[in-house]
Amino acid sequence: MNGTLDVALRLLVVFVVFLTFPLIVGQTEHKVMAHMQGRLGPMYAGGFHGWAQLVADGVKFAQKEDVVPAGADRRVFQLAPAVALLPYLLVLLAIPIGPSEGAVGQVVDAGVFFVLAVMGVGVLGSLMAGWASANKFSLLGGLRTAAQLLAYELPMLLAAASVAMAAGTVSLPGILHAFHWWWVPWQIVGALVFFVAGLAELQRPPFDMPVADSEIIFGAYTEYTGLRFALFLLAEYAGIVVLCGLTTVLFLGGWHGPWGAAGLGWLWTLLKTAILAFVVIWLRVTYPRLREDQLQKLSWTLLVPLSLAQIALTGIVKVVIS
Amino acid sequence: MSPAAAVSLAAAPHGFLSPTGVEIAFLLVGLATFGAALITVTTRQLVHAALWLVVALGGLAVEYLLLTAEFIAWVQVLIYVGSVVVLLLFGLMLTKAPIGRSPDADSGNRWVALAVAAAAAVALVWVVVDAFRTTWIDLTGPAAGTTRVTGESLFRHWVLPFEALSVLLLAALVGAIVLSRKAKAESGPPPVNSRAVTESSPSVTDSGSDSGIHPGEKEGVR
Repeated sequence: MNGTLDVALRLLVVFVVFLTFPLIVGQTEHKVMAHMQGRLGPMYAGGFHGWAQLVADGVKFAQKEDVVPAGADRRVFQLAPAVALLPYLLVLLAIPIGPSEGAVGQVVDAGVFFVLAVMGVGVLGSLMAGWASANKFSLLGGLRTAAQLLAYELPMLLAAASVAMAAGTVSLPGILHAFHWWWVPWQIVGALVFFVAGLAELQRPPFDMPVADSEIIFGAYTEYTGLRFALFLLAEYAGIVVLCGLTTVLFLGGWHGPWGAAGLGWLWTLLKTAILAFVVIWLRVTYPRLREDQLQKLSWTLLVPLSLAQIALTGIVKVVIS
Repeated sequence: MSPAAAVSLAAAPHGFLSPTGVEIAFLLVGLATFGAALITVTTRQLVHAALWLVVALGGLAVEYLLLTAEFIAWVQVLIYVGSVVVLLLFGLMLTKAPIGRSPDADSGNRWVALAVAAAAAVALVWVVVDAFRTTWIDLTGPAAGTTRVTGESLFRHWVLPFEALSVLLLAALVGAIVLSRKAKAESGPPPVNSRAVTESSPSVTDSGSDSGIHPGEKEGVR
C-alpha cells in the first residue's frame, strides 16, 4: 500500500511540475522579451505585472472553435498534439532534481537513452501535423522539421555519450553521483553542442526555420486552432524545461553546488535550469533566424565534428586519470 | 553458443498453463504489435503505413522492456522510431504523400510477398525456438538485461561481430558520400539561385579539385 501511495505521489508531483513549469517559462518569456525590447509586456491581467496573462491565454484558447480542415486526415490531425506533448511528460519522470532517493520520478537504468529516445518521438507529432493538415505550408514545415531533426539528433547523442563515458554509467542519477566540479570545463564543448542541438530539436529561435511564421506561417501548426494549438505551444515550453533540466543534469552537475548540496540540492537544480531557460529566451530575442542551408551546415560541419572531438577528449582524459 | 549471462537457466520447471502477469502482458503486446505490423503492410494509405510502423516498433520496444532488456528497448525507440521512421516520413513527404487512399499502393505481388514473409517467419521462429528451447529469463531476480550486462556481453563475447558490423556501416557511409558527390559533379554548374556566397566555399572547391572529381567543377565560386 505504501509503495502504491509513493508511486502515485511521485506521478502527481511530476504531473504538477509538467503543468506549471512550462507556464512559468512562458510568462517569463513574455516579460523578459518585453524588457529586452524596451516595452512592458502584458501588464493588466491579474493586477500585478500581468501575472495571469497565461491563464487568460489558456481560457481564450479553450473558448476557440476546434477546426479540422475539410481536406485533412482527421484522426492523424487530431492525434498529433498529444504525440507532440506526452513524450515531455515521460522525460520529466526521469530527471532527478536532488541527491536523495525520492527526488526523481522514476530511476531509469538507461536514463540518457530513455530521455533522448522519448524526446525524439515528440518530433513525430510535428511531422504528423505537417502532413495531415493538407496544407502546403504545413507540409513544408513538416519537411523542414524532419530534416532538422535528422541533422541535430546525431550531435546531441554524441555529446550525451561523452558524459556517459566520463561517468561510466548511462543512468542520470548515476552520472550526477559521479560528478566533480572539473567536469564542467572538461565537458564544456559537449555541453554547448548538446544545448544548441537541443534548441534546434525544439525548433526554438534561431533554429525556428520549420515554423518560420513570416514565410511559412508557423509551418506544421498553420491549420491548428484552439486547444490543439495551445497543446503544441505547451509542448514547446515543456521542451524548454526538459532541455534545460537535462543540460543541467548532464553537464552542469545538477544538485551539486558550492554549498548546501545536502539539503538544498534541488534548489541548485532549479536555479541552473532557470538560468538556462533564461538563456533560451535571450537567444530568441538576440539572434536572427538561420536559413535552412545554414542550419544544416552548422550541424554537419560544426556540431558533429565538435562532439566527436569532445568524445576523443573525454576518452583521453578518462584513460589518463584511471 | 551460450547467450552470455543475460539469460539464465532457471531451476524450477516452467509450464504454459499458469501464465504470470508479465507473460500475459507479453502476449497481448505481441498481438498488438503483430496487428500493427499487419496493417502497416496492407493499408493503402502511405503515411498511415509509416505511422502504424511506429506502433509496431514501439510494441517491440515494450516487449524488450518486459524481458528486462531496458537498454535495447530505448535504443530501439531511439534508432527506429526516432530516426528511421522520421527518415521514412521525410521521404514520403518529398513525394507529396497524398491524403487518403493511393490506388497504386498495391504492388500486385501480394501472394509472393506473403509467401516470402511466411518463409522468413518460419525460419526465424524455428531458429529461435531451437536455440532457446529450455532457456527462461528469470524475471524475479536482478534484471538480466541492464545496460551493464548488455555492454559486458557485447564487448566480451561479441566484440568481433560488433566491430565487423561497424566497419560495414562505415563502408556504407563512405559509399553514400561517394555516390552523392559524383552526382553533384555530373550535374554541372549549380543553379542560379543557389546560395553561393556563404562562407567556406574556398575549402569546398579545394577539396573538390584535390580529389580530382572534375576539373571544371567550380562549385560556389562566382
